[in-house]
Amino acid sequence: MKFLGEKGVRRVLAGIAFSAISALLLIALFIIKEGLPFIISYGPVKFLLSSDWQPQAGKFGIWPMIVASVWVTLGAMLVGAPLGVACAVYLTEFVPRRVMGVIKPTIELLAGIPSVVYGFIGVMVLAPLIRSQLGGPGLSVLAGAIILGVMILPTIISISIDSIQSVPNSYREGSLALGATHWQTTHMVTVPAAKSGIIAAIILGMGRAIGETMAVIMVAGNAVKIPGSALDSVRTLTANIALEMGYATGQHRQALFATGVVLLIIIMILNSLAGMAIRKRAGKR
Amino acid sequence: MNNKIEIKKLNLHYGKFHALKSVDMPVRKNSITALIGPSGCGKSTLLRCLNRMNDLIAGVRIDGQVLLDGIDIYSHSVEVPELRKRVGMVFQRPNPFPLSVYDNVAYGLKVAGMRDGSRISETVERSLKGAWLWENLKDRLDKPALELPLDQQQRLCIARLLAVEPEVILMDEPCSALDPIATMKVEELMLELRQRYTIAIVTHNMQQAARVSEYSGYMLLGEMVELGQTAAIFTNPSDARTQDYITGRYG
Ligand SMILES: Nc1ncnc2c1ncn2[C@@H]1O[C@H](COP(=O)(O)OP(=O)(O)OP(=O)(O)O)[C@@H](O)[C@H]1O
Ligand SMILES: [Mg+2]
Repeated sequence: MKFLGEKGVRRVLAGIAFSAISALLLIALFIIKEGLPFIISYGPVKFLLSSDWQPQAGKFGIWPMIVASVWVTLGAMLVGAPLGVACAVYLTEFVPRRVMGVIKPTIELLAGIPSVVYGFIGVMVLAPLIRSQLGGPGLSVLAGAIILGVMILPTIISISIDSIQSVPNSYREGSLALGATHWQTTHMVTVPAAKSGIIAAIILGMGRAIGETMAVIMVAGNAVKIPGSALDSVRTLTANIALEMGYATGQHRQALFATGVVLLIIIMILNSLAGMAIRKRAGKR
Repeated sequence: MNNKIEIKKLNLHYGKFHALKSVDMPVRKNSITALIGPSGCGKSTLLRCLNRMNDLIAGVRIDGQVLLDGIDIYSHSVEVPELRKRVGMVFQRPNPFPLSVYDNVAYGLKVAGMRDGSRISETVERSLKGAWLWENLKDRLDKPALELPLDQQQRLCIARLLAVEPEVILMDEPCSALDPIATMKVEELMLELRQRYTIAIVTHNMQQAARVSEYSGYMLLGEMVELGQTAAIFTNPSDARTQDYITGRYG
């Protein structure tokens, strides 16, 4: 980098950073520009709360998809959050450092498995199992929740581990020196001290679950209706866009962009909630 | 017998490094015993042997005996958490938990299984009084402990220790993060606590050892070079190496 000089390097880096941010902004703006006018002309209440999605008949109500996304995501959190946090606590507090040095990279590798592979396992193993053991079509809210719950484990585990590891050792020592056992120290001092990081981990996992598309298309069944139980097939917001984008034109296409706007808003709300939770905790300390 | 603790032929290795070399030392009941010596000589290591905090470090090997009221704390029948309730520790950097003042003091009680709210409150009050914090903090019990000034944090750490009613208090350079005025306060507090507790303190500060302790041990490179009444060690050391250190000719 000698030929560029200090200033040159800084300009190049600034340019790269700036273009990354502007790409993000452009995408968001594009989606909003394509989708927002439709929401306004069709009527936001009708768009969001009506259950009629019949593009050929010009009916675009995404309420079933919203409900589906919420249920699948909540289910995924129910599976992924306790498992992931428990796993992180065990690995940081009860496993020797050396073992941890092997396990953590392995877990991070799991995050790199393509989602289509998770979907494949869901279709081949999980859905038949649900169908034979619990009934229903198998491809369902439950299948989606379990697959997504497993998919977000690496995110939750790895960020939780980082936050538990960054708890100062002096807290642990202080607790042990008062006669607390290892387990008392862990759940009364260490984990509460890492709470903001753990919450961030869970919310990031949630963002991944809401945004995931391929795996849910494969395992959730894609029926456009409000689910009566966890065994029913559903179609999430993301699946809706991906499934119909290929052939949608005109108003239908705009409606899909509008679905994207709704997703964008949900994720923005989630992120600011996460931010607020973290700041509130930090303020308390 | 007025030795609360007796250390006998204690050896400690950190892996291959021989950090304590056959140390013998008594800690007298209801008195303050100071450990002095240059940096890295093993003062903290020795102190941490007395409540088995060194057990937490991988690769530590310990042999010899540490008798607490005549019973070896390294024998298999000893429950380490129970031992640590009897032998408490104050650390160099104040390390209150990221909880409220009240919860910090109540922590040890909850750990010990106390559930009775009014008894917990009584003990919290008594402990804060014991550490001379009650007047300052009685209206701010739910304030985060980490927002207190450092010297109050350190006395809070002492208060949370008093709550579990230990018999011995170990202090590893408890004033090194404090300014002179705060240091004086903690020293006065130590002198008062001495009446009910047995105290062992590590200090870098010769004057502090002279001011608060009745007995001192001078350590060098993992060995206990000289032991005895503080006054005698400071005015008339019997070992030339101690003499050098006391008069500032060390190193
Ligand atoms: N966890 C450890 N692993 C390996 N060696 C250690 C460890 N802790 C301490 N030591 C070594 O043991 C020796 C004694 O350390 P110790 O902390 O007891 O000294 P100290 O007298 O308390 O010094 P200071 O006055 O600087 O606190 C030092 O040489 C130190 O490097
Ligand atoms: Mg030390």
